[in-house]
Amino acid sequence: MQNKDKIVNEDEFINEDEFINEDKLVIGGREFNSRFILGSGKYSLQLIEAAVRDAGAEIITLAVRRANTQEQANILDFIPEGVTLLPNTSGARNADEAVRIARLARELGCGDFVKIEIMRDSKYLLPDNQETIKATEILAGEGFVVLPYMHPDLNVARDLANAGAAAVMPLAAPIGSNKGLATREFIQILIDEIDLPVIVDAGIGRPSQACEAMEMGAAAIMANTALATAGNLPLMAAAFRSAIIAGRKAYLAGLGRVLSRGAAASDPLTGFLRD
Amino acid sequence: MQTNTTEQFLVDSDFLSPQALARKHELEQNPASRTDHLAYLPGMEQIESAICGQVLAEMNSYNYQDYTARDVKTALAHETCSVEDFKALLAPAAQPFLEEMAQRARAETSRHFGNTVYMFTPLYIANYCENYCVYCGFNCYNHIQRLRLDREQLEREMQVIAASGMEEILILTGESRAQSDLKYIGEACRLARQYFRLVGVEIYPLNTDEYCYLHECGVDFVTVFQETYDIERYEQLHLLGHKRVWPYRFDAQERALRAGMRGVTCSALLGLADFRRDALASALHVYYLQRKYPQAEFSLSCPRLRPIVNNEKIRPQDVGERQLCQILCAYRIFLPFVGITVSSRESAAFRNGIAKIAATKVSAGVSTGIGDHASKYHAGQEPDEQTHGDEQFNIDDGRSLQQMAADMAGEGLQPVLNDYLYV
Repeated sequence: MQNKDKIVNEDEFINEDEFINEDKLVIGGREFNSRFILGSGKYSLQLIEAAVRDAGAEIITLAVRRANTQEQANILDFIPEGVTLLPNTSGARNADEAVRIARLARELGCGDFVKIEIMRDSKYLLPDNQETIKATEILAGEGFVVLPYMHPDLNVARDLANAGAAAVMPLAAPIGSNKGLATREFIQILIDEIDLPVIVDAGIGRPSQACEAMEMGAAAIMANTALATAGNLPLMAAAFRSAIIAGRKAYLAGLGRVLSRGAAASDPLTGFLRD
Repeated sequence: MQTNTTEQFLVDSDFLSPQALARKHELEQNPASRTDHLAYLPGMEQIESAICGQVLAEMNSYNYQDYTARDVKTALAHETCSVEDFKALLAPAAQPFLEEMAQRARAETSRHFGNTVYMFTPLYIANYCENYCVYCGFNCYNHIQRLRLDREQLEREMQVIAASGMEEILILTGESRAQSDLKYIGEACRLARQYFRLVGVEIYPLNTDEYCYLHECGVDFVTVFQETYDIERYEQLHLLGHKRVWPYRFDAQERALRAGMRGVTCSALLGLADFRRDALASALHVYYLQRKYPQAEFSLSCPRLRPIVNNEKIRPQDVGERQLCQILCAYRIFLPFVGITVSSRESAAFRNGIAKIAATKVSAGVSTGIGDHASKYHAGQEPDEQTHGDEQFNIDDGRSLQQMAADMAGEGLQPVLNDYLYV
């Protein structure tokens, strides 16, 4: 078992700064304090700034194809020091293309982290689970820290874990839809059954939804559109930060379990037992 | 009001021989003198596909006068836009709702594309043409300066454009297999791959194996304008040449996708026929292609008629800016995920405005002539007859890449030069 969290006891309660310092997200052997990951897609310099400064992001995804440019405003130049780049393979339509894009990312100096995105649907941009398993196996074998974007299917998640994934990234709802946890029950199953960080990706439209996913036991939240399309970007980034921390604390406090599984009956059904 | 006449298009050149002039008039006046526009010519590949029938059935049964304000409100209330909803949004009844449509379109564009706007430039490499399409500056009876760039001229043009910062290029030719054969175009595309990240083509329609060859040359995107989906109107406007064969042109995108191209663009030339029906057919062409080839990327273009060399009279008739805006909003609401290109045929003010609502790609640093980028990009260099060929049509928005990027940023948009990898 790795990365599964135990409930924090009352005497272990600590203040917020300490809490954030103590509670690490570990992916591929690397530790992160933040559980907010900025997704790629609707980039702007302001978005990256706000995500790092106000949402506390330490991981930023980057479409390799978008970085494939000579333009002055190359996105690579905007990534602040100390932030881990998570290049993604968007544009790949099968495992072979994803592998080639990942290798290119490495050549470009983007490091060993890679988020696999394989879509053969230009309308909803839904991930192709089968091809994603194939690409995960190949890239994990080449030493990449592989984070596959996936449709939340338990069998696929197990296959991804066996293929060497460092985390799984199930979608909450169609990308860009801001519809929240449409796949809630299935993500909960992954959290309960998979011994890897479960990072909820795509569809999170509001801080409350991010908070709910964290309460469920998600390891981190990835968002982009929710911030990019906000009226006040820095304020929304700060709201996500608070929501994710709140949800994380609630999960560690065992609140969800108290409500759903731990309620004490005043008139116990087993009260008749004599010995 | 439908545009039924072809008279605005017909111009006789003083340079034509009496025989050529007689032939031209015969083609214009006597439909029996023209070839069958539905019959494939030798060498044209015929594929099995239901898409053409689907698009035509919808277009032919579309009576836009039947749609009411209530239908439009219902359409705007729906979260996903059905084909029926789309028909309502294209109808005259939707015109009073243009602002509401624009608001909705902007939200969809933002959701799918953020605030990005892509930049590209077309590069016309030859303007020889074997067709008589009455509205086009390149038509074979129009007296213009013809040119086909040789390798050295091509490279010079590409260097000039690449030096401006452009990373996406669209290679265009007139439609002449004799003067601009496939090998010539393929070599031009190979060369373009050295200077640009993304190479698309807008050339005569090809067979699948020919699209495969271009794909190997580095091309990933194919644009073919159907001009009009109204087959009878098409027959009256495309009087001579292989382009006259309407169905071969219709299936071009599908052949390109079968050949492994990443994306295709569809379009009608608005103003040639009933624009509402052409807009419907253009979008449905994409809609049905997407259902059959869901992995592919799709774009719509929205050109309106423009004046050409030797004919200043050509206008888009009843397709005003409000109508064009309505069409583009309807496209965006119906197909929120497709790219929408607005070319330099439109004014700077229109392009600035529409980029905030529905468009995702604009051209910049445009010449529709041959071999004149160096003179256009560097003041003081005049093109001469040996190195310059005339334009296909007159553009409206002549902004350079730098100016366009600055203007788009000024509108709160993020200019993007490339978001693509050839894999």
